[in-house]
Amino acid sequence: MTLTAQGVSMAFGGLLALDDVSLTVPERRVVGLIGPNGAGKTTLFNCLTGLYAPTSGLVLLNGRPLPPDPAEAARGGIARTFQNIRLFPELSALDNVLVGRHTRIRQGLLAALLRGPGFRRSEAEAVERARAELAFVGLDPAGRAPAGSLAYGDQRRLEIARALAGDPSVLMLDEPTAGMNATETAAVRELIAAIRERGIAVVVIEHDTKFIFSLCDHVHVLVRGRLLVDGPPEAVRADARVIEAYLGAA
Amino acid sequence: MATLAQQLVNGLVLGALIGLIALGYTMVYGIVQLINFAHGEVFMAGAFGAHFAYLRLLPAGTPWYLALPVMTGAAVAVSVAVAVAMERWAYRPLRGAHKLAPLITALGVSILLQEVVRVFYPGATAPLAFPRAFAGGSLTLGPVLVLWTGVLAVVVAPLLATGLHLYVERSRLGRAMRATAQDPDTARLMGIDPDRVVLATFVIGAVLAGAGAVLYGVHYTQIDTAIGFQNGIFAFTAAVLGGIGSIRGAMLGALCIGLVKSLAGQYAWGGAQYDYVWVFVLLILVLMFRPQGFLGRPEGVRA
Repeated sequence: MTLTAQGVSMAFGGLLALDDVSLTVPERRVVGLIGPNGAGKTTLFNCLTGLYAPTSGLVLLNGRPLPPDPAEAARGGIARTFQNIRLFPELSALDNVLVGRHTRIRQGLLAALLRGPGFRRSEAEAVERARAELAFVGLDPAGRAPAGSLAYGDQRRLEIARALAGDPSVLMLDEPTAGMNATETAAVRELIAAIRERGIAVVVIEHDTKFIFSLCDHVHVLVRGRLLVDGPPEAVRADARVIEAYLGAA
Repeated sequence: MATLAQQLVNGLVLGALIGLIALGYTMVYGIVQLINFAHGEVFMAGAFGAHFAYLRLLPAGTPWYLALPVMTGAAVAVSVAVAVAMERWAYRPLRGAHKLAPLITALGVSILLQEVVRVFYPGATAPLAFPRAFAGGSLTLGPVLVLWTGVLAVVVAPLLATGLHLYVERSRLGRAMRATAQDPDTARLMGIDPDRVVLATFVIGAVLAGAGAVLYGVHYTQIDTAIGFQNGIFAFTAAVLGGIGSIRGAMLGALCIGLVKSLAGQYAWGGAQYDYVWVFVLLILVLMFRPQGFLGRPEGVRA
Protein backbone atom coordinates (compact mmCIF):
# COMPACT_ATOMS: atom_id res chain seq x y z
CA MET A 1 0.00 0.00 0.00
CA THR A 2 1.68 3.21 -1.13
CA LEU A 3 0.52 6.76 -0.71
CA THR A 4 1.70 9.28 -3.28
CA ALA A 5 1.35 13.00 -3.85
CA GLN A 6 1.90 14.15 -7.43
CA GLY A 7 2.45 17.86 -7.99
CA VAL A 8 0.08 18.85 -5.20
CA SER A 9 -0.65 22.57 -4.85
CA MET A 10 -3.03 24.11 -2.36
CA ALA A 11 -4.11 27.73 -2.41
CA PHE A 12 -6.13 29.52 0.26
CA GLY A 13 -7.36 32.69 -1.36
CA GLY A 14 -4.21 34.32 -2.66
CA LEU A 15 -1.89 32.33 -0.44
CA LEU A 16 -0.15 29.37 -2.01
CA ALA A 17 0.35 27.04 0.97
CA LEU A 18 1.67 24.16 -1.13
CA ASP A 19 3.42 24.61 -4.43
CA ASP A 20 3.86 21.56 -6.65
CA VAL A 21 4.79 19.05 -3.93
CA SER A 22 5.43 15.43 -4.86
CA LEU A 23 6.32 12.66 -2.45
CA THR A 24 5.93 8.93 -2.04
CA VAL A 25 5.33 7.02 1.16
CA PRO A 26 6.62 3.50 0.48
CA GLU A 27 5.36 0.50 2.41
CA ARG A 28 6.88 -0.18 5.83
CA ARG A 29 8.92 3.01 5.90
CA VAL A 30 9.09 5.95 8.25
CA VAL A 31 9.00 9.19 6.31
CA GLY A 32 9.83 12.46 8.05
CA LEU A 33 8.48 15.85 7.12
CA ILE A 34 10.34 18.84 8.52
CA GLY A 35 10.39 22.53 7.86
CA PRO A 36 10.01 25.89 9.56
CA ASN A 37 6.66 27.03 10.94
CA GLY A 38 4.19 27.85 8.19
CA ALA A 39 6.02 25.73 5.63
CA GLY A 40 2.82 23.84 4.78
CA LYS A 41 3.47 20.55 6.62
CA THR A 42 0.04 20.25 8.18
CA THR A 43 -1.60 21.43 4.94
CA LEU A 44 0.16 18.59 3.14
CA PHE A 45 -1.10 16.19 5.85
CA ASN A 46 -4.62 17.46 5.34
CA CYS A 47 -4.32 16.82 1.60
CA LEU A 48 -2.93 13.33 2.17
CA THR A 49 -5.77 12.41 4.55
CA GLY A 50 -8.61 13.63 2.36
CA LEU A 51 -9.44 16.62 4.57
CA TYR A 52 -8.53 19.08 1.81
CA ALA A 53 -9.02 18.63 -1.91
CA PRO A 54 -5.79 19.96 -3.48
CA THR A 55 -6.19 22.97 -5.78
CA SER A 56 -4.18 21.05 -8.34
CA GLY A 57 -2.25 17.78 -8.41
CA LEU A 58 -3.18 14.30 -7.32
CA VAL A 59 -3.11 12.24 -4.16
CA LEU A 60 -3.02 8.53 -4.97
CA LEU A 61 -3.54 5.59 -2.68
CA ASN A 62 -2.29 2.44 -4.41
CA GLY A 63 -2.47 4.24 -7.72
CA ARG A 64 -6.11 5.28 -7.25
CA PRO A 65 -7.10 8.90 -6.57
CA LEU A 66 -7.95 9.51 -2.93
CA PRO A 67 -11.44 11.02 -2.66
CA PRO A 68 -11.45 14.32 -0.73
CA ASP A 69 -13.35 12.73 2.15
CA PRO A 70 -11.59 11.85 5.41
CA ALA A 71 -14.05 9.03 6.11
CA GLU A 72 -13.14 7.41 2.77
CA ALA A 73 -9.46 7.90 3.52
CA ALA A 74 -9.96 6.21 6.91
CA ARG A 75 -11.69 3.26 5.26
CA GLY A 76 -8.91 3.17 2.67
CA GLY A 77 -6.31 2.69 5.39
CA ILE A 78 -5.01 6.17 6.23
CA ALA A 79 -5.10 7.12 9.90
CA ARG A 80 -3.75 10.21 11.61
CA THR A 81 -3.21 12.10 14.81
CA PHE A 82 -3.51 15.83 15.24
CA GLN A 83 -1.15 18.63 16.15
CA ASN A 84 -3.75 19.91 18.60
CA ILE A 85 -5.03 16.74 20.24
CA ARG A 86 -8.54 15.84 19.08
CA LEU A 87 -9.73 13.10 21.39
CA PHE A 88 -13.30 12.78 22.66
CA PRO A 89 -12.53 14.10 26.16
CA GLU A 90 -15.61 12.77 27.93
CA LEU A 91 -15.43 9.30 26.40
CA SER A 92 -13.28 6.72 28.16
CA ALA A 93 -9.86 5.93 26.71
CA LEU A 94 -11.20 2.54 25.62
CA ASP A 95 -14.21 4.11 23.87
CA ASN A 96 -11.92 6.53 22.06
CA VAL A 97 -9.96 3.61 20.64
CA LEU A 98 -13.20 1.79 19.77
CA VAL A 99 -14.37 4.87 17.83
CA GLY A 100 -11.11 4.60 15.89
CA ARG A 101 -12.14 1.08 14.96
CA HIS A 102 -15.58 2.25 13.80
CA THR A 103 -15.05 1.59 10.10
CA ARG A 104 -13.83 -1.98 10.75
CA ILE A 105 -16.70 -3.14 12.94
CA ARG A 106 -19.61 -4.84 11.20
CA GLN A 107 -22.82 -4.69 13.20
CA GLY A 108 -26.30 -4.61 11.75
CA LEU A 109 -28.76 -2.33 13.54
CA LEU A 110 -31.24 -5.15 14.04
CA ALA A 111 -28.60 -7.60 15.25
CA ALA A 112 -27.38 -5.00 17.69
CA LEU A 113 -30.87 -4.27 19.04
CA LEU A 114 -31.52 -7.96 19.51
CA ARG A 115 -28.02 -8.42 20.93
CA GLY A 116 -27.57 -11.69 19.07
CA PRO A 117 -24.42 -13.85 19.13
CA GLY A 118 -22.96 -12.15 16.04
CA PHE A 119 -23.26 -8.78 17.74
CA ARG A 120 -21.71 -10.04 20.96
CA ARG A 121 -18.79 -11.57 19.10
CA SER A 122 -18.07 -8.48 17.01
CA GLU A 123 -18.30 -6.27 20.09
CA ALA A 124 -16.06 -8.56 22.17
CA GLU A 125 -13.50 -8.73 19.36
CA ALA A 126 -13.49 -4.95 18.99
CA VAL A 127 -12.99 -4.44 22.73
CA GLU A 128 -10.18 -7.00 22.82
CA ARG A 129 -8.44 -5.32 19.91
CA ALA A 130 -8.87 -1.87 21.50
CA ARG A 131 -7.31 -3.15 24.75
CA ALA A 132 -4.39 -4.59 22.78
CA GLU A 133 -3.78 -1.20 21.13
CA LEU A 134 -3.89 0.56 24.50
CA ALA A 135 -1.30 -1.89 25.82
CA PHE A 136 0.77 -1.50 22.63
CA VAL A 137 1.16 2.26 23.13
CA GLY A 138 1.85 1.74 26.83
CA LEU A 139 -1.45 2.76 28.38
CA ASP A 140 -3.64 0.93 30.88
CA PRO A 141 -5.52 -1.66 28.78
CA ALA A 142 -8.66 -1.25 30.92
CA GLY A 143 -8.91 2.33 29.61
CA ARG A 144 -11.70 3.37 31.97
CA ALA A 145 -10.54 6.93 32.62
CA PRO A 146 -12.08 9.69 30.50
CA ALA A 147 -9.62 10.69 27.80
CA GLY A 148 -9.70 14.30 28.95
CA SER A 149 -8.39 13.33 32.39
CA LEU A 150 -5.20 11.70 31.06
CA ALA A 151 -1.81 13.35 31.26
CA TYR A 152 -0.79 15.25 28.13
CA GLY A 153 1.74 12.66 26.93
CA ASP A 154 -0.77 9.87 27.51
CA GLN A 155 -3.35 11.72 25.43
CA ARG A 156 -0.88 11.79 22.54
CA ARG A 157 -0.32 8.04 22.92
CA LEU A 158 -4.07 7.48 23.09
CA GLU A 159 -4.47 9.29 19.78
CA ILE A 160 -1.93 6.90 18.28
CA ALA A 161 -3.79 3.89 19.73
CA ARG A 162 -7.04 5.22 18.28
CA ALA A 163 -5.40 5.64 14.86
CA LEU A 164 -3.91 2.13 14.97
CA ALA A 165 -7.28 0.58 15.84
CA GLY A 166 -8.52 1.39 12.34
CA ASP A 167 -6.04 -1.08 10.75
CA PRO A 168 -4.19 1.64 8.82
CA SER A 169 -1.54 0.89 6.26
CA VAL A 170 -0.29 4.47 6.55
CA LEU A 171 -0.18 6.28 9.88
CA MET A 172 0.28 10.05 9.83
CA LEU A 173 1.58 11.65 13.03
CA ASP A 174 1.42 15.44 13.34
CA GLU A 175 4.02 16.49 15.93
CA PRO A 176 3.71 13.39 18.13
CA THR A 177 6.31 14.61 20.64
CA ALA A 178 5.13 18.22 20.98
CA GLY A 179 5.38 19.25 24.62
CA MET A 180 7.09 16.04 25.73
CA ASN A 181 10.25 15.71 27.79
CA ALA A 182 13.31 13.73 26.68
CA THR A 183 12.21 10.44 28.27
CA GLU A 184 8.75 10.61 26.75
CA THR A 185 10.20 11.55 23.38
CA ALA A 186 12.48 8.50 23.46
CA ALA A 187 9.47 6.32 24.26
CA VAL A 188 7.61 7.71 21.24
CA ARG A 189 10.63 6.99 19.02
CA GLU A 190 10.55 3.35 20.16
CA LEU A 191 6.81 3.24 19.64
CA ILE A 192 7.14 4.47 16.03
CA ALA A 193 9.84 1.87 15.36
CA ALA A 194 7.49 -0.80 16.74
CA ILE A 195 4.69 0.48 14.49
CA ARG A 196 6.97 0.10 11.45
CA GLU A 197 7.72 -3.46 12.60
CA ARG A 198 3.99 -4.15 12.32
CA GLY A 199 4.23 -3.36 8.62
CA ILE A 200 2.65 0.08 8.81
CA ALA A 201 4.17 3.02 6.97
CA VAL A 202 4.51 6.15 9.12
CA VAL A 203 4.69 9.80 8.12
CA VAL A 204 5.90 12.11 10.88
CA ILE A 205 5.86 15.88 11.14
CA GLU A 206 8.29 17.16 13.75
CA HIS A 207 10.19 20.29 14.64
CA ASP A 208 12.76 18.25 16.52
CA THR A 209 15.23 17.52 13.69
CA LYS A 210 17.34 15.24 15.89
CA PHE A 211 14.26 13.09 16.45
CA ILE A 212 13.53 12.95 12.72
CA PHE A 213 17.09 12.20 11.60
CA SER A 214 17.51 9.40 14.12
CA LEU A 215 14.18 7.75 13.28
CA CYS A 216 13.27 8.17 9.62
CA ASP A 217 14.19 6.16 6.55
CA HIS A 218 13.52 9.12 4.35
CA VAL A 219 13.22 12.85 5.07
CA HIS A 220 11.45 15.61 3.15
CA VAL A 221 12.15 19.25 3.88
CA LEU A 222 9.37 21.67 3.15
CA VAL A 223 10.06 25.41 3.02
CA ARG A 224 7.39 28.00 2.15
CA GLY A 225 5.18 25.41 0.48
CA ARG A 226 7.92 23.92 -1.69
CA LEU A 227 9.81 20.70 -1.31
CA LEU A 228 13.37 21.90 -0.80
CA VAL A 229 15.29 18.64 -0.36
CA ASP A 230 14.48 15.00 0.12
CA GLY A 231 16.57 11.94 0.69
CA PRO A 232 17.97 9.67 3.37
CA PRO A 233 18.55 11.45 6.72
CA GLU A 234 22.36 11.60 6.42
CA ALA A 235 22.18 13.34 3.05
CA VAL A 236 19.46 15.77 4.11
CA ARG A 237 21.28 16.64 7.34
CA ALA A 238 24.45 17.49 5.40
CA ASP A 239 22.67 19.52 2.72
CA ALA A 240 23.75 23.15 2.73
CA ARG A 241 20.30 24.41 1.66
CA VAL A 242 18.65 22.71 4.65
CA ILE A 243 21.15 24.17 7.08
CA GLU A 244 20.59 27.59 5.56
CA ALA A 245 16.81 27.28 5.59
CA TYR A 246 16.83 26.26 9.23
CA LEU A 247 19.43 28.68 10.49
CA GLY A 248 18.08 31.39 8.25
CA ALA A 249 14.56 30.87 9.52
CA ALA A 250 15.62 30.75 13.16
CA MET B 1 -53.42 7.02 52.86
CA ALA B 2 -55.15 4.94 50.21
CA THR B 3 -55.59 8.06 48.09
CA LEU B 4 -51.95 8.94 48.43
CA ALA B 5 -50.87 5.44 47.39
CA GLN B 6 -53.28 5.51 44.46
CA GLN B 7 -51.95 8.85 43.27
CA LEU B 8 -48.37 7.62 43.59
CA VAL B 9 -49.25 4.68 41.33
CA ASN B 10 -50.99 6.96 38.82
CA GLY B 11 -47.97 9.24 38.83
CA LEU B 12 -45.64 6.32 38.27
CA VAL B 13 -47.59 5.16 35.21
CA LEU B 14 -47.75 8.66 33.74
CA GLY B 15 -44.05 9.12 34.42
CA ALA B 16 -43.19 5.87 32.63
CA LEU B 17 -45.15 6.89 29.52
CA ILE B 18 -43.78 10.42 29.43
CA GLY B 19 -40.31 8.99 29.89
CA LEU B 20 -40.55 7.04 26.64
CA ILE B 21 -41.29 10.28 24.77
CA ALA B 22 -38.68 12.24 26.72
CA LEU B 23 -35.97 9.83 25.53
CA GLY B 24 -36.58 10.97 21.95
CA TYR B 25 -36.20 14.64 22.91
CA THR B 26 -33.06 14.06 24.88
CA MET B 27 -31.37 11.81 22.28
CA VAL B 28 -31.96 14.20 19.39
CA TYR B 29 -30.84 17.18 21.45
CA GLY B 30 -27.71 15.30 22.51
CA ILE B 31 -26.68 14.72 18.90
CA VAL B 32 -27.81 17.81 16.98
CA GLN B 33 -28.66 20.32 19.75
CA LEU B 34 -32.17 20.61 18.34
CA ILE B 35 -35.31 20.64 20.47
CA ASN B 36 -37.50 18.65 18.11
CA PHE B 37 -40.87 20.08 19.10
CA ALA B 38 -42.51 17.81 16.53
CA HIS B 39 -41.42 14.70 18.47
CA GLY B 40 -44.75 14.72 20.33
CA GLU B 41 -46.44 14.32 16.94
CA VAL B 42 -44.25 11.30 16.19
CA PHE B 43 -45.85 9.78 19.30
CA MET B 44 -49.34 10.92 18.27
CA ALA B 45 -48.93 9.49 14.76
CA GLY B 46 -47.88 6.19 16.29
CA ALA B 47 -51.06 6.08 18.37
CA PHE B 48 -53.15 6.58 15.24
CA GLY B 49 -51.12 3.92 13.44
CA ALA B 50 -51.96 1.44 16.17
CA HIS B 51 -55.61 2.50 16.10
CA PHE B 52 -55.71 1.91 12.35
CA ALA B 53 -54.01 -1.48 12.61
CA TYR B 54 -56.49 -2.71 15.21
CA LEU B 55 -59.60 -1.55 13.40
CA ARG B 56 -58.60 -2.21 9.79
CA LEU B 57 -55.98 -4.94 9.78
CA LEU B 58 -57.00 -7.27 12.59
CA PRO B 59 -60.11 -9.42 12.62
CA ALA B 60 -62.53 -8.66 15.44
CA GLY B 61 -61.83 -10.59 18.61
CA THR B 62 -58.08 -10.96 18.08
CA PRO B 63 -56.57 -11.99 21.42
CA TRP B 64 -54.35 -9.40 23.12
CA TYR B 65 -51.14 -11.38 22.71
CA LEU B 66 -51.56 -11.11 18.94
CA ALA B 67 -53.18 -7.70 18.80
CA LEU B 68 -50.63 -5.90 20.95
CA PRO B 69 -47.56 -6.88 18.89
CA VAL B 70 -49.31 -6.04 15.61
CA MET B 71 -50.44 -2.66 16.97
CA THR B 72 -46.98 -1.94 18.33
CA GLY B 73 -45.44 -2.87 14.98
CA ALA B 74 -47.84 -0.53 13.18
CA ALA B 75 -47.29 2.29 15.66
CA VAL B 76 -43.52 1.96 15.43
CA ALA B 77 -43.65 1.80 11.62
CA VAL B 78 -45.76 4.97 11.41
CA SER B 79 -43.67 6.82 14.00
CA VAL B 80 -40.43 5.87 12.29
CA ALA B 81 -41.75 6.88 8.88
CA VAL B 82 -42.85 10.28 10.21
CA ALA B 83 -39.56 10.85 12.06
CA VAL B 84 -37.42 9.84 9.08
CA ALA B 85 -39.42 12.08 6.77
CA MET B 86 -39.10 15.11 9.06
CA GLU B 87 -35.38 14.56 9.53
CA ARG B 88 -34.75 14.07 5.86
CA TRP B 89 -36.90 16.87 4.44
CA ALA B 90 -37.33 19.39 7.24
CA TYR B 91 -34.17 19.32 9.38
CA ARG B 92 -31.36 17.98 7.19
CA PRO B 93 -31.57 20.88 4.69
CA LEU B 94 -31.15 23.23 7.67
CA ARG B 95 -28.04 21.56 9.08
CA GLY B 96 -25.54 24.35 9.61
CA ALA B 97 -28.22 27.05 9.52
CA HIS B 98 -28.83 29.32 12.50
CA LYS B 99 -30.18 27.40 15.50
CA LEU B 100 -33.52 29.20 15.36
CA ALA B 101 -34.31 27.96 11.83
CA PRO B 102 -34.74 24.27 12.73
CA LEU B 103 -36.50 25.26 15.96
CA ILE B 104 -39.18 27.25 14.13
CA THR B 105 -39.35 24.47 11.53
CA ALA B 106 -40.00 21.96 14.32
CA LEU B 107 -42.96 24.03 15.53
CA GLY B 108 -44.26 24.19 11.97
CA VAL B 109 -43.87 20.44 11.46
CA SER B 110 -45.69 19.87 14.74
CA ILE B 111 -48.72 21.93 13.66
CA LEU B 112 -48.66 20.44 10.16
CA LEU B 113 -48.75 16.86 11.47
CA GLN B 114 -51.57 17.59 13.91
CA GLU B 115 -53.65 19.12 11.16
CA VAL B 116 -52.88 16.42 8.61
CA VAL B 117 -54.06 13.70 10.99
CA ARG B 118 -57.08 15.74 12.10
CA VAL B 119 -58.21 16.38 8.54
CA PHE B 120 -57.38 13.07 6.87
CA TYR B 121 -57.82 10.40 9.54
CA PRO B 122 -61.47 9.32 9.62
CA GLY B 123 -63.13 10.62 12.77
CA ALA B 124 -60.04 12.34 14.11
CA THR B 125 -61.80 15.71 14.41
CA ALA B 126 -63.08 14.39 17.75
CA PRO B 127 -61.36 12.17 20.34
CA LEU B 128 -61.32 8.51 19.32
CA ALA B 129 -61.78 5.51 21.58
CA PHE B 130 -58.56 3.53 21.58
CA PRO B 131 -59.08 -0.21 21.24
CA ARG B 132 -58.99 -2.03 24.56
CA ALA B 133 -56.58 -4.53 23.17
CA PHE B 134 -54.94 -5.38 26.47
CA ALA B 135 -56.50 -7.00 29.55
CA GLY B 136 -59.09 -4.60 30.96
CA GLY B 137 -58.86 -5.78 34.55
CA SER B 138 -56.77 -4.52 37.39
CA LEU B 139 -54.47 -5.64 40.12
CA THR B 140 -55.53 -4.88 43.68
CA LEU B 141 -52.71 -4.13 46.07
CA GLY B 142 -54.41 -3.52 49.41
CA PRO B 143 -56.41 -0.35 48.90
CA VAL B 144 -54.73 0.50 45.62
CA LEU B 145 -56.10 -0.37 42.24
CA VAL B 146 -53.58 -0.77 39.43
CA LEU B 147 -54.86 -1.35 35.93
CA TRP B 148 -53.00 -4.11 34.11
CA THR B 149 -52.28 -1.59 31.37
CA GLY B 150 -50.52 0.54 33.99
CA VAL B 151 -48.48 -2.44 35.16
CA LEU B 152 -47.51 -3.03 31.55
CA ALA B 153 -46.33 0.57 31.13
CA VAL B 154 -44.35 0.55 34.37
CA VAL B 155 -42.63 -2.71 33.41
CA VAL B 156 -41.96 -2.02 29.73
CA ALA B 157 -40.79 1.63 29.90
CA PRO B 158 -37.79 1.04 32.20
CA LEU B 159 -36.86 -2.06 30.19
CA LEU B 160 -36.78 -0.05 26.96
CA ALA B 161 -34.84 2.78 28.62
CA THR B 162 -32.29 0.31 30.00
CA GLY B 163 -31.98 -1.34 26.59
CA LEU B 164 -31.36 2.06 25.02
CA HIS B 165 -28.77 2.91 27.65
CA LEU B 166 -26.90 -0.37 27.04
CA TYR B 167 -27.14 0.12 23.29
CA VAL B 168 -25.67 3.61 23.46
CA GLU B 169 -22.92 2.47 25.83
CA ARG B 170 -21.96 -0.78 24.14
CA SER B 171 -22.48 -0.78 20.43
CA ARG B 172 -20.79 0.61 17.38
CA LEU B 173 -23.63 2.98 16.56
CA GLY B 174 -23.99 4.05 20.20
CA ARG B 175 -20.32 4.97 20.35
CA ALA B 176 -20.67 6.82 17.06
CA MET B 177 -23.55 8.77 18.64
CA ARG B 178 -21.58 9.70 21.73
CA ALA B 179 -18.56 10.68 19.64
CA THR B 180 -20.71 12.80 17.29
CA ALA B 181 -22.41 14.48 20.24
CA GLN B 182 -19.03 15.55 21.62
CA ASP B 183 -17.19 16.53 18.47
CA PRO B 184 -18.90 15.98 15.11
CA ASP B 185 -15.87 17.10 13.08
CA THR B 186 -13.46 14.66 14.68
CA ALA B 187 -16.10 11.91 14.52
CA ARG B 188 -16.26 12.47 10.75
CA LEU B 189 -12.50 12.08 10.51
CA MET B 190 -12.85 8.70 12.22
CA GLY B 191 -15.08 7.55 9.36
CA ILE B 192 -18.38 8.17 11.14
CA ASP B 193 -21.10 9.41 8.80
CA PRO B 194 -22.96 12.16 10.70
CA ASP B 195 -26.06 11.89 8.50
CA ARG B 196 -26.45 8.22 9.39
CA VAL B 197 -25.94 8.92 13.08
CA VAL B 198 -28.55 11.68 13.09
CA LEU B 199 -31.03 9.55 11.16
CA ALA B 200 -30.47 6.59 13.50
CA THR B 201 -31.10 8.89 16.47
CA PHE B 202 -34.45 9.99 15.04
CA VAL B 203 -35.33 6.35 14.31
CA ILE B 204 -34.53 5.22 17.86
CA GLY B 205 -36.54 8.08 19.34
CA ALA B 206 -39.45 7.15 17.06
CA VAL B 207 -39.32 3.45 18.01
CA LEU B 208 -39.63 4.40 21.68
CA ALA B 209 -42.39 6.94 20.95
CA GLY B 210 -44.32 4.36 18.90
CA ALA B 211 -44.10 1.78 21.67
CA GLY B 212 -45.08 4.47 24.17
CA ALA B 213 -48.08 5.41 22.04
CA VAL B 214 -49.56 1.90 22.26
CA LEU B 215 -48.97 1.74 26.02
CA TYR B 216 -50.58 5.19 26.36
CA GLY B 217 -53.57 4.26 24.22
CA VAL B 218 -54.43 1.02 26.01
CA HIS B 219 -54.04 2.72 29.38
CA TYR B 220 -55.94 5.97 28.85
CA THR B 221 -58.29 4.38 26.24
CA GLN B 222 -58.74 7.58 24.28
CA ILE B 223 -56.59 9.41 21.75
CA ASP B 224 -56.87 12.64 19.81
CA THR B 225 -54.60 14.76 17.63
CA ALA B 226 -53.53 16.90 20.60
CA ILE B 227 -52.03 14.07 22.72
CA GLY B 228 -48.67 14.59 21.05
CA PHE B 229 -48.57 18.25 21.92
CA GLN B 230 -49.73 17.84 25.55
CA ASN B 231 -47.50 14.90 26.37
CA GLY B 232 -44.70 16.31 24.25
CA ILE B 233 -44.60 19.40 26.44
CA PHE B 234 -44.37 17.22 29.54
CA ALA B 235 -41.74 15.02 27.93
CA PHE B 236 -39.69 18.00 26.83
CA THR B 237 -39.95 19.41 30.35
CA ALA B 238 -38.88 16.02 31.73
CA ALA B 239 -35.84 15.96 29.48
CA VAL B 240 -34.82 19.47 30.57
CA LEU B 241 -35.51 18.70 34.23
CA GLY B 242 -33.39 15.55 34.12
CA GLY B 243 -30.60 17.22 32.17
CA ILE B 244 -31.07 17.31 28.42
CA GLY B 245 -28.81 14.86 26.60
CA SER B 246 -28.96 12.34 29.46
CA ILE B 247 -30.92 9.10 29.08
CA ARG B 248 -31.22 8.41 32.79
CA GLY B 249 -32.01 12.08 33.37
CA ALA B 250 -34.97 11.91 30.98
CA MET B 251 -36.47 8.93 32.82
CA LEU B 252 -35.85 10.54 36.21
CA GLY B 253 -37.35 13.84 35.07
CA ALA B 254 -40.39 12.04 33.67
CA LEU B 255 -40.89 10.18 36.93
CA CYS B 256 -40.79 13.46 38.87
CA ILE B 257 -43.27 15.09 36.52
CA GLY B 258 -45.65 12.13 36.67
CA LEU B 259 -45.59 12.16 40.46
CA VAL B 260 -45.88 15.94 40.82
CA LYS B 261 -48.78 16.09 38.37
CA SER B 262 -50.69 13.31 40.13
CA LEU B 263 -50.04 14.50 43.66
CA ALA B 264 -50.63 18.17 42.88
CA GLY B 265 -53.89 17.28 41.13
CA GLN B 266 -55.04 15.62 44.33
CA TYR B 267 -53.62 17.77 47.09
CA ALA B 268 -52.43 21.12 45.82
CA TRP B 269 -54.39 24.32 45.61
CA GLY B 270 -56.54 24.38 42.49
CA GLY B 271 -56.81 20.60 42.20
CA ALA B 272 -56.66 18.72 38.93
CA GLN B 273 -57.31 21.87 36.90
CA TYR B 274 -54.02 23.34 38.03
CA ASP B 275 -51.85 20.24 37.98
CA TYR B 276 -50.00 21.54 34.89
CA VAL B 277 -49.02 24.65 36.82
CA TRP B 278 -47.17 22.71 39.50
CA VAL B 279 -45.21 20.75 36.92
CA PHE B 280 -43.82 23.98 35.54
CA VAL B 281 -43.31 25.45 39.02
CA LEU B 282 -41.10 22.41 39.68
CA LEU B 283 -39.23 23.03 36.43
CA ILE B 284 -38.63 26.68 37.28
CA LEU B 285 -37.46 25.84 40.80
CA VAL B 286 -35.03 23.18 39.60
CA LEU B 287 -33.66 25.36 36.82
CA MET B 288 -33.11 28.25 39.25
CA PHE B 289 -30.76 26.19 41.38
CA ARG B 290 -29.49 23.67 38.83
CA PRO B 291 -29.76 25.08 35.31
CA GLN B 292 -28.26 21.93 33.78
CA GLY B 293 -31.00 19.75 35.30
CA PHE B 294 -30.56 16.77 37.64
CA LEU B 295 -28.03 14.75 35.65
CA GLY B 296 -26.92 17.21 32.98
CA ARG B 297 -23.47 18.65 32.59
CA PRO B 298 -23.08 22.38 33.09
CA GLU B 299 -23.27 24.31 29.84
CA GLY B 300 -19.87 25.39 28.61
CA VAL B 301 -18.05 22.21 29.61
CA ARG B 302 -19.12 20.79 26.30
CA ALA B 303 -16.45 21.82 23.84
